[in-house]
Amino acid sequence: MIGVISYLVFFATVASILSIAVLGLNLQWGNTGLFNGGVVAFFGAGAYGTLILGGTPQAGQLGGFGLPYLLALLGGMVCAGIVAWIVGLLTIRLRHDYLAIATFGVAVAFETLMRNTDALGGAQGIRGFERPLRETLGNGFTYNLAFFAFVLILLIATYLFLERLIQSPFGRLLRAIREDETAAQSLGKSPSRVRLTSFVAGSVIMGLAGGLYATFYAFISPQDVLPILTFQIWAMLIVGGAGNNKGAVMGTFLIWAAWTASGWALSRFAPLEVQLYTGSIQFVLIGFVIVGMLLWRPQGLFPEKLVVSQSAKNK
Amino acid sequence: MIQNLVDGVLVGSILSLGAIGLTMAMHMLRFANFSHAELLSIGAYAALVFDGLFGAIHPALAQAIPPLSLTWSLTLALLLSMALTGLSAVAVDKLVFKRVRAKGGELSMVFASFGVAMIIRNILGLIFGLNPKLYSQDIVFAIVVSRDPFLLIKPDQVFTLVAALLIMFILHLVLSRTTFGYSLRAVAENPTLAQVSGINLSRMIVLIWLIGGGLAAAAGVFYGLTNQISPVLGRDLVLPIFAATIVGGIGSIYGAVLGGFLVGLASNLALVILPSGYSPAVPFLIILAVLILRPHGLFGEERT
Repeated sequence: MIGVISYLVFFATVASILSIAVLGLNLQWGNTGLFNGGVVAFFGAGAYGTLILGGTPQAGQLGGFGLPYLLALLGGMVCAGIVAWIVGLLTIRLRHDYLAIATFGVAVAFETLMRNTDALGGAQGIRGFERPLRETLGNGFTYNLAFFAFVLILLIATYLFLERLIQSPFGRLLRAIREDETAAQSLGKSPSRVRLTSFVAGSVIMGLAGGLYATFYAFISPQDVLPILTFQIWAMLIVGGAGNNKGAVMGTFLIWAAWTASGWALSRFAPLEVQLYTGSIQFVLIGFVIVGMLLWRPQGLFPEKLVVSQSAKNK
Repeated sequence: MIQNLVDGVLVGSILSLGAIGLTMAMHMLRFANFSHAELLSIGAYAALVFDGLFGAIHPALAQAIPPLSLTWSLTLALLLSMALTGLSAVAVDKLVFKRVRAKGGELSMVFASFGVAMIIRNILGLIFGLNPKLYSQDIVFAIVVSRDPFLLIKPDQVFTLVAALLIMFILHLVLSRTTFGYSLRAVAENPTLAQVSGINLSRMIVLIWLIGGGLAAAAGVFYGLTNQISPVLGRDLVLPIFAATIVGGIGSIYGAVLGGFLVGLASNLALVILPSGYSPAVPFLIILAVLILRPHGLFGEERT
């Protein structure tokens, strides 16, 4: 019984961390219409940033500054924000496909840089991170439960923050720009500045998710920032419903459950020679999920609730 | 250094072939097609299958044409594979992109193309296995062209370059001399006006996928001939090909050709100063440099 519960806690922790990243993507894509093809770069910047700032010194590696945990987590978010700011500044004024290509490129470049630079962990990744409060809470179930609570609080905080944000005048502005850029511009708004703000804010949220992910495993390596993660995070948002924060969280739990379950089923029931191809089969399945959703239910399972103004209703 | 230059030109010709189709589709349908590079993989694997078939039908076809490792059967397979890949590009458009387009989601197309890329890449991996394959098991030695500076060239590489240039020259003739070429350029410039002038837009889209797929197949086969064929071929080439279109300016076919050579050269010259592990990141640096210096590429026009 305790095994099942501890697995559920583990599952819920990872799914909640991913939910935070999906919420960040929802701000960019769902609310602003910005295509981010390199979610892993911002997730990874947060993860690496947190471990480098908060870790213990390792031979031949950058960092080990041993900052207090919350400060390190914040630093990771700042790293993600800086990367997003640079990419956004160069591309956000251009046609949308440039942003798609540049963000995809930054993810490839990020993984390449981490894999090849020994000072940043190289292919081995970064170890030697002391999880916060480990001495008080120990290493077992209590710790995992406490960490899950911490992640859950941050997920709820992010959710509430974004809900408030999209109901605020700024949120209306985001949707106005998404729907009709020229009209927004004629009202004296600056679409490119607003877009950049939304892009950086969304990426900082992804950085938070990355920092939590790295804390959870006390380890990060280039293997954790492969393009497939970007793809999974999108699938979660598309299935859940772009533009709807509740949908984003539901979609995350659903897709993550389906992903882990399919992986488990393949490793359990598939013949040995097929198991080498588990990854390929899962990738094909998730590809079909995305394409299928776009073809048959592009608004997702929980569509965005469009706010229609009073005057439009009366027409 | 000289070796890097020569290698860069060879890789560049392959990237150019891939970038031409990508830039046409991107310009016409206005979306970044992340599945284009998978057409190279389809082409490379289709040629592998046809090559085996022809070799089995008549052993004489499996003879290499000296000094190349290229066989007659592979040459025939290349042509068939170009046709088949062009048709599969049309099929993918009909099955997925056209329907997503009809729903009005211009940006959803980018998602869809990622999904398609994922499906094609992994299905190829499931069918042909994850290990790299080669067209020919014979070892073809590189020819030492000069010892100082040291320069090695494989005959297959020379053939690849000549064939790629020939294909591009044929495309140039088609674009500049035929009614089809004029219509294509008209559609690229102003789709509405072109339709008013009696050009059938949906037929042009089909033709663009056919040409783009065919060129991509040639690029895939040439890549397989000078390197190796593997399911991750598309994943490795997608960023360099995108970089080529951005360098040339999205929508410019001649820009894509030049962009391909520039990216090929820059990636290989970068190896002089960078360890080779970093080379996957070079196309991204090129994209950044272009976006800073000349956001619309060498021949691209400003468009929002």
